[in-house]
Amino acid sequence: MTDHTNKQFDAEMESIRSGVLSMGGIVEQQMTRAIEALEKEEDAARIDAVGADEAAINQMQITIDQECAQIIAKRQPTAIDLRMVLTVTKIITDLERIGDEVKKIAYKAAGARGSEQLARVRYYDTAKALDHAMTMLRLALDAFARLDIVAASEVIDRDAEVDAAFASILRQLVSYMVEDPRTITPALEIVFIAKSIERIGDHAKNIAEAIVQVVKGKDVRHTSAAEIRAEVAQP
Amino acid sequence: MTTMNEAEALAEPVVQAPAQPAAAPKMAIRNLDFFYGSFQALKEVNFDIDEREVTAFIGPSGCGKSTLLRTLNRMYSLYPHQRATGEIVFNGRNILDGSTDLNLLRAKVGMVFQKPTPFPMSIYENIAFGVRLYERLSVRQMDERVEWALTKAAMWNEVKDKLKQSGMALSGGQQQRLCIARAVSVRPEVLLLDEPTSALDPISTARIEELISELKADYTIAIVTHNMQQAARVSDKTAYMYLGELMEFGETDQIFLKPKRKETEDYITGRFG
Repeated sequence: MTDHTNKQFDAEMESIRSGVLSMGGIVEQQMTRAIEALEKEEDAARIDAVGADEAAINQMQITIDQECAQIIAKRQPTAIDLRMVLTVTKIITDLERIGDEVKKIAYKAAGARGSEQLARVRYYDTAKALDHAMTMLRLALDAFARLDIVAASEVIDRDAEVDAAFASILRQLVSYMVEDPRTITPALEIVFIAKSIERIGDHAKNIAEAIVQVVKGKDVRHTSAAEIRAEVAQP
Repeated sequence: MTTMNEAEALAEPVVQAPAQPAAAPKMAIRNLDFFYGSFQALKEVNFDIDEREVTAFIGPSGCGKSTLLRTLNRMYSLYPHQRATGEIVFNGRNILDGSTDLNLLRAKVGMVFQKPTPFPMSIYENIAFGVRLYERLSVRQMDERVEWALTKAAMWNEVKDKLKQSGMALSGGQQQRLCIARAVSVRPEVLLLDEPTSALDPISTARIEELISELKADYTIAIVTHNMQQAARVSDKTAYMYLGELMEFGETDQIFLKPKRKETEDYITGRFG
């Protein structure tokens, strides 16, 4: 993208752009901790760190939102600049919500420990699904950094896999709960964890859709993955 | 810094097809070329100005937007060595024809300039002077016409008690509205505004912009402006000009959100030269 004649405008746009990427970095770090919380022994310091990450994420959302408001007030951005500012405000909302979900996952991981029978679902399946959602987020942030709509459309495609993992975890848990009512309490905790992971996938998908809107100027929310692929393929 | 290579500069302009086949345009500009002596200031310009809409011309200095505006009522014909070729069809006639009655044309296609140009006469006479050139009205009819024009220009209440005062004594914003009233007084069909607010303060500018929105109900308006946000605020269609060519023409909403050409996007986002 060519530079603005006004270099300060460029600096302000770069600030919100890099703000999104560093906010995304903290979300990724928080997710890594949450995966460990699912896979490993209980560790209070780790849970605290997830909570601290969430607080940092919230603060960044407020800061970046203010910067966006200032750009709109002072620069009256148009076209690509306007689309970028609007998209950044959407992306940071999704990142903040991912931060909330990840925090819930880490906090619920402790309550889900009760049952030996559920160990495989908890240790393995949820951690794997969360890792998958994290890959989606990483890809989405990468696509944002490069304004790469092909990568963005891949993120959108991948959401179906996270949804499928959620359905599979739910099916398994229902089987355990039917066979042994003592698994119900820990299983419900895992249901909430799985639901949070599914929501993270949705937020990553929202981010990817926002990237398509920056580049193409077309709102692709609430359209199918196939339609988005077709839109992305158009010059 | 954007420098356009020749291939880009010569590329076809992006002109949106109308959403639905509307009524005939108020003015149809076809293959318009314009020359200052041997210098070609407009190259193959084609587009329509639709009735009761505001069409804005934007582009960097020297791109030909004011020249284009000045062809629409043949203001250029006042000067030797300036000529236009092609067609500007207005009410079924090509106004570039030698047989066009220029006074009549300029009554039908009124113009307001960058700097307010009130006549050194009373406010009343500023309006009545032009009307008398075209119509013979009784004193009462003229009074009514003056009131009507000043009301149209949203300044009747401000000046109704001082109609005998000199138009030159008004503030800049009022003078400009007086000029708009003068242009409106001869009941034109089209109003051409050449940077009508560039010499005005923000409040006067907002008044003129409000006035443009009101006048749109009765008139077809073409406006040249250096203020991109003003074009975005007041116009229905926007034409982006560069080096005498019409680069992109389309719905203002679309041009300011997602223009089709990169050159347009660079200009409206402030990435130009």
